[in-house]
Amino acid sequence: MAKEHPILETQDLTIRFGGHVAVDGVSASFERGSLTAIVGPNGAGKTTYFNLISGQLSATSGAVLLNGEAITRMSVPERTDRGIGRAFQLTNLFPTLSVRENVRLVAQAKARKGFDLFSVAESHVELLERADHVLAEVRLIDKAEQTVAALPHGDQRKLEVALLIALGSQVLMFDEPTAGMSVDEVPVILDLIRKLKSDMDRTILLVEHKMDVIRSLADRIIVLHNGALVADGEPADVIALPVVQEAYLGKAPDTSETAAAPEVA
Amino acid sequence: MLTRLLSGDTPRSGLLTALLLIVLISLAFAPFLFPGTRSLETAARICIFIVLVASYDLLLGYAGIVSFAHTMFFGIGAYGTALALSTTGPGYGSLIWGTAAGAVVAAVFALAIGLFSLRVKAIFFAMVTLAVASAFAVFVSQMSWLTGGEDGLNYKIPRELTPAFKLIDEKILGVRINGKLLAYYLVFFVSAILFLVMLRIVNSPFGRTLKAVRDNAFRAEAIGYRVVWYRTTATILSAVMAALAGSLLAIWLRYTGPATTLSMEIMIDILLMVVIGGMGTLYGAVLGATLFILAQTYLQTLMGVAADASSAVPLFSTLVAPERWLLWLGVLFILSVYFFPSGIVGRLRAGRA
Repeated sequence: MAKEHPILETQDLTIRFGGHVAVDGVSASFERGSLTAIVGPNGAGKTTYFNLISGQLSATSGAVLLNGEAITRMSVPERTDRGIGRAFQLTNLFPTLSVRENVRLVAQAKARKGFDLFSVAESHVELLERADHVLAEVRLIDKAEQTVAALPHGDQRKLEVALLIALGSQVLMFDEPTAGMSVDEVPVILDLIRKLKSDMDRTILLVEHKMDVIRSLADRIIVLHNGALVADGEPADVIALPVVQEAYLGKAPDTSETAAAPEVA
Repeated sequence: MLTRLLSGDTPRSGLLTALLLIVLISLAFAPFLFPGTRSLETAARICIFIVLVASYDLLLGYAGIVSFAHTMFFGIGAYGTALALSTTGPGYGSLIWGTAAGAVVAAVFALAIGLFSLRVKAIFFAMVTLAVASAFAVFVSQMSWLTGGEDGLNYKIPRELTPAFKLIDEKILGVRINGKLLAYYLVFFVSAILFLVMLRIVNSPFGRTLKAVRDNAFRAEAIGYRVVWYRTTATILSAVMAALAGSLLAIWLRYTGPATTLSMEIMIDILLMVVIGGMGTLYGAVLGATLFILAQTYLQTLMGVAADASSAVPLFSTLVAPERWLLWLGVLFILSVYFFPSGIVGRLRAGRA
């Protein structure tokens, strides 16, 4: 692992579903400790791009490199082991289990104790402590005993972030972490993400629609449009681009306009 | 100490604790509390089915895997022991190696089925198990030179486990202390140990992971669990436990045949016992198996009594005629699923708060 490798890199990453090219030759590299927002209109391929990196989908061509190592053909758990952590757009938790158990399971996976058959799970105090520590961080410790299915939406989003914190991956991928949250809950999530970046030096990828969220968090923006990377740069520069203006200030651009749009890319 | 034995998984409901204690005490002292051959047969059957149903719940309730091959594994264990005893004589040696061989064969079958089909959709796995189990049942009935076909196998077991062996001459509390009693306690204690082992497994980090896989396999992968391996291991463990239960049955009955081990009817019974008791809790297996087998054994008798007593009432006496016991078993099942969708244990635990 030479130093010069970026922590995460995608090279000409492409996936085709029949005739439709959902992600089209996206090349980008991500430096340690950076926070990159990935934006674009609905259907631009942002979540698909995420799925290709974290392994839920396999690329048709191109490569995903983590610390210079190709992980393109690896399974989801293998990528997770190597340091890719993923949170999902739709809340994706273990609904019949308690809040604490959800986080404990992550700590357990990290400690590689999943195949321990003959000890009592509750006797691994360090895993419970780890879970409670993370729950305290996301301010869910009071609800640790509750069943996840019974939690309000905002708390489920917090728990989603808690799972990623517990996973402690090098690369953390958030897919609209504040979607559907009430106004007063949003800052809690944003603070958590900011802390992950600054205190723990994690590399963060963020799919987000809300411009104010992007402005306050991101130090770089990537714009996807029809699966292709059309802009990449400092937030202020990218936001000023016509393609971004169109996508976020009303009229969605149609295909004929895309060719004219990119400049920074 | 007790909590440790139960792996920290206490019943968590006063009524449930009471019911479980009643079952435990009744089974532990069955030969003395309920004298008679028939009740001892029933008690032994309950012990064996508690293990069998618990092992199925490990798969269905904890791992969320629907399998129709559970009686095949049960049968593999029973035939393993039966074949060893009938071919190499009624010694402890053949009893042990037959049982071990049955468990190993069950594990290999489970591994093969698991790796072959657990990667894909749940319904596909269910269909594969159904096909394999049916094929296995046909295979056993066709290989009559080895398995005795539909007639099954009769064989001798070690003399110390048969009624002919007398431990002491006097009766204790009116019960003969003979080999049959020893055989019962062998069944009882082995069942108890297997149950406690399974209770430990479901409360281990592995068992917790199974629940996560059941809840959301997609997310389990994304936090680093290799779902296929967990599902396959659960299938193997469940198959081995079922095979051991089958071996107990083979020892107890001194007979092994398709009707006692491999039939689809038993498969359905197991499924019902899990659902009635409560999925995802091994205590459900205890209550489900106990109630179901009691109903199966005594409902007919009970209805005979009711029919005689009500012979003056025309329609009612026809309805409760003993030959209609299956109908009433069905009604009981529908009622229990309707009123306790989460099973008896689920209902009792929910009522605690």
